[in-house]
Amino acid sequence: MSRYLRAGLVALLLAVGGQALAIDTEAAFDDPVLQHRYEAINRELRCLVCQNQTIADSNATLAQDLRREVRDMIAAGKTDDEIRDFMIERYGDFVLYRPRMTAQNFLLWAAPALLLLIAAVVLFRVVRRRAQESDIEADGPEAGQS
Amino acid sequence: MLKLKFIVPLLLFTALGAFLFVGLYRDPRYVPSPLIGKPAPEFTLPSLQDANYPVSSKELLGQPWVLNVWGTWCGGCRQEHDTLLAIAAQRAVPIVGLNWKDDNVAAQQWLAQLGNPYAVVAEDREGRTAINWGVYGAPETFLIGPDGIILYKHIAPMTMEVWNKEFLPRIEAARATAGSKS
Repeated sequence: MSRYLRAGLVALLLAVGGQALAIDTEAAFDDPVLQHRYEAINRELRCLVCQNQTIADSNATLAQDLRREVRDMIAAGKTDDEIRDFMIERYGDFVLYRPRMTAQNFLLWAAPALLLLIAAVVLFRVVRRRAQESDIEADGPEAGQS
Repeated sequence: MLKLKFIVPLLLFTALGAFLFVGLYRDPRYVPSPLIGKPAPEFTLPSLQDANYPVSSKELLGQPWVLNVWGTWCGGCRQEHDTLLAIAAQRAVPIVGLNWKDDNVAAQQWLAQLGNPYAVVAEDREGRTAINWGVYGAPETFLIGPDGIILYKHIAPMTMEVWNKEFLPRIEAARATAGSKS
């Protein structure tokens, strides 16, 4: 593939990809602050019929309806948290792309820190043992000579 | 000490393997509803058969009832339709239809041609009631107790097996507790 062809393809993908972000045919809000909030919330909510897409990415009917709910709630002056709670009440935590920490998934959240701690302890013990072993080896021949 | 060094990773690996193995057979499309055990969201919607006659969830209080979410655009709904007819023939509980984002004429034709298992059909043209009920893919079937609490939800076409195993025992239990209270 020639360098120019490759550059052209990248440019094309970027152009198409950029358009795919704006799935609504027109902006939901004239106010850029509200529009930004609207887009940010949409990117955090899972479309449950097309599970690996957010409702910002999907044009499934359910995603359209959920975007309409988000838009209406923003227009009604609801906060981001209230909108998220509305979705969780109906669809459960799975609707969030950034899951909250709850009693049920606490272990999952703590797992990276726990694993790191275990690894640190193991590493510390191995290093200390090796250090002791190499001391013995270093001492060995001398002890044999005397 | 040497033994432990082998046994611990082996156990950890086996546990991980077991989790992954079980995960293979779980359906990722099944999302458990947080609404089970909570009061059913209220709705008042136009009836499919007669738009002047609204269907209200309040009128259904005091008895167990079933809400079936369907649409003519939904393949699974066609698949379960005969089962719904058979269930309706048992006359155990009223089946209320929630016609989700459908065309009124198409929905009426569907019922005329295939038979009508529903006591009444509420028309949710905008899909807002469906969202309130946490619906994400038709067909979905809810069981609501006499006190208006959602007792169970089945996601996927209804089968006689599911009806007999999950719905009927819960209906009987709900009737028994409601009876003992009064």
